[in-house]
Amino acid sequence: MSRIPNERVAKVWERLALEARDAGYSVNPDDAFASELVRGLLENETRYGYRACPCRLASGVRERDVDLVCPCDYRDADLDEYGACYCALYVSPEISRGEKTATSIPDRRPVGGPTAHPREMEQVHVAGLAFPVWRCRVCGYLCARPQPPLVCPVCKAGKERFERFM
Amino acid sequence: MLEAKHVEGMHNKHKVLLYTLTTCGWCRKTKALLQELSVGYDYIDVDDQEGGNKELAKQEVLKWNPACSFPTIVLDGKDCVVGFQEDKIRELAAE
Ligand code: SF4
Repeated sequence: MSRIPNERVAKVWERLALEARDAGYSVNPDDAFASELVRGLLENETRYGYRACPCRLASGVRERDVDLVCPCDYRDADLDEYGACYCALYVSPEISRGEKTATSIPDRRPVGGPTAHPREMEQVHVAGLAFPVWRCRVCGYLCARPQPPLVCPVCKAGKERFERFM
Repeated sequence: MLEAKHVEGMHNKHKVLLYTLTTCGWCRKTKALLQELSVGYDYIDVDDQEGGNKELAKQEVLKWNPACSFPTIVLDGKDCVVGFQEDKIRELAAE
């Protein structure tokens, strides 16, 4: 049974939907379905200490689940290919307008997580850069600065989601 | 030992066992549709298992579904349906 009060779920859901819109993303128009996913995120935050994807089994070890913190590293690829993220919390504009419906899609996360299959980031080597360039693994935002930002200004993913790009 | 919870239904032609997550939207839709169709089923909420049972449940899911994704639906102990597949679930209520 859920320990998360409904008011809290509603508040977080409202904020998440606004942030999504501001960043150019759309959310599932089925309010009941989406609210339950948000409740799942909060449930996981209580359980594990971070908002692990509600539709995947988290390990409970943050370092192993970094890619699974919502929005996950797979959201944008799934939006491109299927018009919805794996949980269907984030959807395409068409689905958001009710012109299409989201369906259950295969999970593109490697089994056991990326640590089981370390992904080689193809770093572009450019000589003479004044700053390293960092890339947000969630949304692809790039910035040139000594360190990545604490929070991605586009998708709000944390610093640990950035990788060195150049 | 893993204990599955049972939900009664009028249609019991197949033995339906779900591996689910309490937080997952597709798992919730699967359970809701089975109930709407009155198909009897057993389910194991993998994320709710305590201690070693969680790993045990995970291993069981892996046997059926190497992707270890949810819901994993085992039919009559021999067939496996992965994800919320409305058509396949509706077939369970067809006599
Ligand atoms: S973006 Fe979608 S699939 Fe990814 S963690 Fe969030 S709800 Fe789950």
